[in-house]
Parts: sequence; structure tokens; C-alpha cells
Amino acid sequence: MTNFEPKILGILCNWCSYTGADLAGTARMKYPANMRSVRVMCSGRVDPGFIFDALRAGADGVLVCGCHPGDCHYHEGNYKCMRRIPLTKILLEDMGIDPRRLRLEWVSASEGARFQQVVTEFTEELRALGPLKLRELNFDPDHPAGGDNHVAVESAAHDELEAGH
Amino acid sequence: MEKVSITIDGKPIEVEEGSYVLQAAEELGIKIPTLCYYEHMTPYAACRICSVEARDGKGWTKIVTACNYPAWDGLQIFTDTPRVITARKVNLEMLMSHCAPAPVLQELADELGVKEPRWGIGTDTCIMCGLCVRICDEVVGAHALTFSSRGIDREVSTPFKLESEDCILCGACARYCPTGHIRMTDTNGRILHSELTLGPNTAISIPFRQAIPNAPRIDPDYCIHMATGGCKLCSKVCPKECINYEDKDEFEELEIGAIIIATGFQDFDPTPMQQFGYGKYPNVLSSIEFEQMNNAASPTDGKILMENGEEPRSIAILHCIGSRDEDHHKYCSRVCCMYALKFAHLVKEKTNAEVYQLYIDMRTFGKGYEEFYQRILTEGVNVIRGKGGEIVPAPPEYSSEGNLLVRCEDTLIGKFREIPVDMVILCTALEARGDAEDIARKFNISTGADGWFIEAHPKLAPVSTTTEGVFLAGVCQGPKDIPDTVAQGTAAAAHSIRLLNMGEVLMDAAYAEIVEEFCSGCRICNGLCPYNAITFDEEKKVSEINSALCKACGTCVAACPTGAIKARHFTDDQIYAQIEGILA
Repeated sequence: MTNFEPKILGILCNWCSYTGADLAGTARMKYPANMRSVRVMCSGRVDPGFIFDALRAGADGVLVCGCHPGDCHYHEGNYKCMRRIPLTKILLEDMGIDPRRLRLEWVSASEGARFQQVVTEFTEELRALGPLKLRELNFDPDHPAGGDNHVAVESAAHDELEAGH
Repeated sequence: MEKVSITIDGKPIEVEEGSYVLQAAEELGIKIPTLCYYEHMTPYAACRICSVEARDGKGWTKIVTACNYPAWDGLQIFTDTPRVITARKVNLEMLMSHCAPAPVLQELADELGVKEPRWGIGTDTCIMCGLCVRICDEVVGAHALTFSSRGIDREVSTPFKLESEDCILCGACARYCPTGHIRMTDTNGRILHSELTLGPNTAISIPFRQAIPNAPRIDPDYCIHMATGGCKLCSKVCPKECINYEDKDEFEELEIGAIIIATGFQDFDPTPMQQFGYGKYPNVLSSIEFEQMNNAASPTDGKILMENGEEPRSIAILHCIGSRDEDHHKYCSRVCCMYALKFAHLVKEKTNAEVYQLYIDMRTFGKGYEEFYQRILTEGVNVIRGKGGEIVPAPPEYSSEGNLLVRCEDTLIGKFREIPVDMVILCTALEARGDAEDIARKFNISTGADGWFIEAHPKLAPVSTTTEGVFLAGVCQGPKDIPDTVAQGTAAAAHSIRLLNMGEVLMDAAYAEIVEEFCSGCRICNGLCPYNAITFDEEKKVSEINSALCKACGTCVAACPTGAIKARHFTDDQIYAQIEGILA
């Protein structure tokens, strides 16, 4: 397992974390190449569906980054995210997925070093957790619609949304 | 009314029949002393100090009170005959036998030559002139005061001596009480020591110096007329008939092409920092109060004075009160170092006081600022590197040097110091206005954790906001001094003019829209939008997004249970495709 390289999906908010990641890059800070990022305008845009889909599509972990509480470009989008992520973690746990595979971090535009640290730490953690084996969970990621699992995921996401508001 | 001719001290005058002698005397410029007369109220003749001698020229003569003696044809009035003087003296002596020597009585006594009142000196302060009762009845119209009891027990009080619900706290009774028997007191014991908090203002005033328009306005919260329907004194005395009680605040709708937000800041209130004793010790001032005192038009005429009217022997200026402070505001207020140095210069210029500057870091960053700092140093100002820690009353051994003791650490010599001073100026932080959040919501812009409005980009767009057509100017965006504010304000004006000339606003292509067919009308998204861009169409039973208000954060998109909301450029399909591609 020592040479296992986890695949990480990073969902970064446009105003703080994406810029923070950019800063880490322009400052030539090295962090593991395991994370690939998707830019969203706000961490409030993060649909739990993205997280489930990423795990289905082969990610071993998902990192969601937003502005620090109180700093959201859109006033309170990160607070919405802050409520959704713990609920998503409960769902992951119910599905038999280690909730540590999902991580929410606040990274501001000036915190390149923090971004580097977060990604490094998360990669290390996932490396220790090992690959996510969905087939062992009686789930076929290649035919998600074929089993009951997909329905469960969708309806669970639904519940979360309603519970969240 | 018929005109009648009378003479006062031999000077003839034509007055209306039945008008009072005192008014005629005033017209002639003859002074008749009085304690209980006020032109807008019914004369009452309570003090009887206005006694004059009336004659008919045929031998009839009588001592009458000028304030309520009506004029008739041929009346001759004499105001300084020995009889008049005696009458006034006797009346004054009687008043004094009842009352302690109030300044107004003492003045009269000196004027009339009453050295020792024959019947002794009393202890009361009320001379029963009834001005307060009459002003409350006739002018104010609140009817909250009355005379109660009889004979020697007679006194002015509220009905049944109970706290009056009719009293509107206008203070007219205290204002016109000639002896100071009625006083307005502040029940919570707050010390009022600057114009900012100097008790009630008049209800009609120019709101502040240099106000535009520079005209008085009525404050309806304090206007007696607004409260009781009475008074109207201002309209009686205004020669140009400018007073309009019917004028009201009005809301006007304007069509505008750009908005510049320049709402400024509020001063940090140092009261909760009890170690500095603000509000507890009268000579601990906030910087704005000291600034106001220095104004040539201030209550002290620009002189630097302590509360007791004396010049302070030494002044400590404490920097960074509430700013650069983990417990309050972490940021630097940027302007304090420079105005503190200016204060030191003013103190040195106007007084002989010692000045102590207690600073954390001296931030003299601007053009010419460092030079000014060096100049202050040569003026003999003591600068101590170390924040003021505590202010306490000075123990007696320091009384020759100061009434207050500033405790601080001098970090350059590494010693704890106690500095006796007479006055302390607290350089309070600039902080975001309490209602900044509301303004941000109204204009769809954001505030940072400190409450300052956030510019579109800290370096490249320091004047614009994330809402097109809304610009920032001044301290509302963050602490800055006057030149910086002027520069930003000018830039905001230039940006606005560009927009106005263009005639239209360019919008970001990214915004959210609702696909009507998929919307279930659950309204989950309605409350989520931080910009209130989502409304519910009651007729169609679907939600709608105002694309001009939407800032494309996507919070609603993530929350929509039916996937009916599409974030343009960040649609679910696009993001799922990205995820698929990235992880493939």
C-alpha cells in the first residue's frame, strides 16, 4: 500500500480558496499532485451530489474549501456549506464510506501556505486510509443507476437538503 | 383698540388702551426690573419687583405693578421715585426673607442697595414667581406643574406631588426658573462633558456647523409644539415667517445611474474598557471630543480646558484604544498616530502643558508625515513606546502634578511607569458603522469580518464593488486619512460619470436562472439568497430569479431539490463533466 497515490477532488470557491491555491502555485509552494480542483463560485454551490459523484467516479477523497466564516464574498454561502458537509458525512458513514474521506477547510486568498498544508495533510491521511473500494460495498460505480444504491444516494441528498433548511 | 397717550418718567408714548405699562417702558428703553415677567405669558405680578408709581396728574397716585397695569389715557408713570424704590426694596426684602440668596436676588439687592434684609435670609430657593407653572400651562401646554398647598406651605409641584405623566421633559420650567430652583438632572449619573453629549439640544437648531443647507430645522422628537400642540414661540419671534410646522420628512424616488457609498465610520466607544475610566473621570476625553474642544466655535472657544475650567498641567494621549487590540479590533485605524501628533502640537501651541504620547508603533507613513513627527519631537513632546494600561485617580502625593495617573510600560527602557496627568485623550478606533450590514444588503455588496465594505479587488479594483454601478468612497471601505479618502472619492465620481455617459451597465454573464417547468414551488431557494434576488410568483406557483440582482454564488442551485435552478457557466452538467474528466 506504500505506493498508493490517492485521487482527490478539490472543490474550491472562486474568491478565497481557488485564489489561495493560485497563490500557492505562484509562490512555487509544492504540494502533492493528487488533488485536482474544480472551481465553483462559492462553497455554498457545493451540491452533496458532487461529492457522491466524485467518489463514484474514482476519487478517494473530496476536499471542499471556502472562505473563512464571516469572509464569504456572498455574505453567508460558506455557512450553508458548513451545515451541509457534516450532514453529508453522516450519509457517507451510513453508506459504509469513512467520513474522513470528505474534508471541509477554510482557506483564504492569502493563505497559500495553508492550502499547501491542507492538501499535504489530506493526501497523507487518504494514503493511510487506502483506496476507496466501492465494489466491496456492494456498489457498482460503472453502473450506478443499475443498483439501488444510486436511488439511496439521491434520496439521501434530498433529505439532507430539506433537513438543512 | 384705541390709542392712548401715557408718559413714563416724563417721556410720552402712544400705546393701545389696556396694554401693559411694562411693554411701553420696554419700547421707550426704560428698564424696569422684574423676576416673574415673560413676554409670551400672562403677566402675573408675583414678584412685585416691577412696582412703579402711577399718577393721573390731578393728585391721585398709587404704587402699581408695571407688568400687569393697563395703560389709560393721561396715565403718568414714574419708575424711580423714592416711593418706588422703597416699595421694591420692601418686596425684595420679603422675597429674601424666604429665599437663600440666589444670584438673581443678590444682583437686585446690590442694585437697590439692600445690604441686610430686615427679616433675615431664608433657605428656600423658590420665589413663587410662577414662571414655571405658567410656562407649562400657557406656552408648553403640558399642564404638568401647579401650585400646591396654601399660605406658608405653598410650593410648586406636580399635581399631588406624584411623578407626572403629563410632563414631556421639555425643560422649559428649568430654563425659565430665575433662581435655579428647578433643575434638569441626569438620573443615570453620566458625566456630560462635550458638545456631543452635552445634554438636550434645543428643538430648533442648525444640525451642525457647516451644515448644508445652513438653516435651522425642527427636531420633532424634542419640539414642544409637536408634543403638545402648544408653544409655537419660534413662529411668534421669526420676523420672516419661515417656520412651517407642517413640513415633514419625505421619501422621494429617484432614477439614478450609479451609486457611491460613502457612509463613513463610527467612533469606537471606549466606555466598556473600564481601565481607561472613560465616562467615569471627567477629564478622560475621546479624541473627537478633544478635537471639538479645539474648534474655535466650541463651548470653550477653542481653549484646552479641564472640566473645572482650568488649563491642564499635563496631558497624556493614548494611542490605539480599541484598535490593534485582539479583544476589540485587530486592524490599525491608520489616522490616529497623525492626529495624536497634531493634538500634541495644538496643546504645545495653546498651553504650557506637558504632553505624553503613549504609542505602540508610530505610523507616520504618508508624505510629509515623518517630517511632522520629527518636528513634534523638537517641540518637547514626550513620546513613550508602550500602550497605556490603566488610568486611576492620582494619589495625594501626585496632586501637584496631576489628578489622574496613567500606568504604562515604557518598552524602550523596559520599565513600568506611572505618569501623573490632568487630562487624558483616548485615540479611539475607527469602526464600521453599526448599520453597515443593512447597507451592504441594500446595495448587494459585502462586508468583511470587521464590517468594512469589500471592494471588488483589493489591488486592481479598490473603488468598485461586486455590484455593478455601486462604488465605495472613504472610510466605509476601510480606515483611511483625508488625502486617501479624497482620492478614492474622486475615483468613485469618475467611475460613476463613465457609467452615466455610457447609459448602461455591463453585467456578468454568470447568474442563476430557474427552469419554470421543473420548479415545484417549494420555495427552499427563496430564503437562501443573500441578495433577495429570488421571489415567488404566486400566480404561476414558481420561484423567479432577478438576474440583475443575482451574483451567481450558486447556493440556491445546490439546494434546489428538483434541479430546476441553473447556474450559468456553473451548471450541474458542467461540473459533473469536470468531475468525470478530472478523475478519469
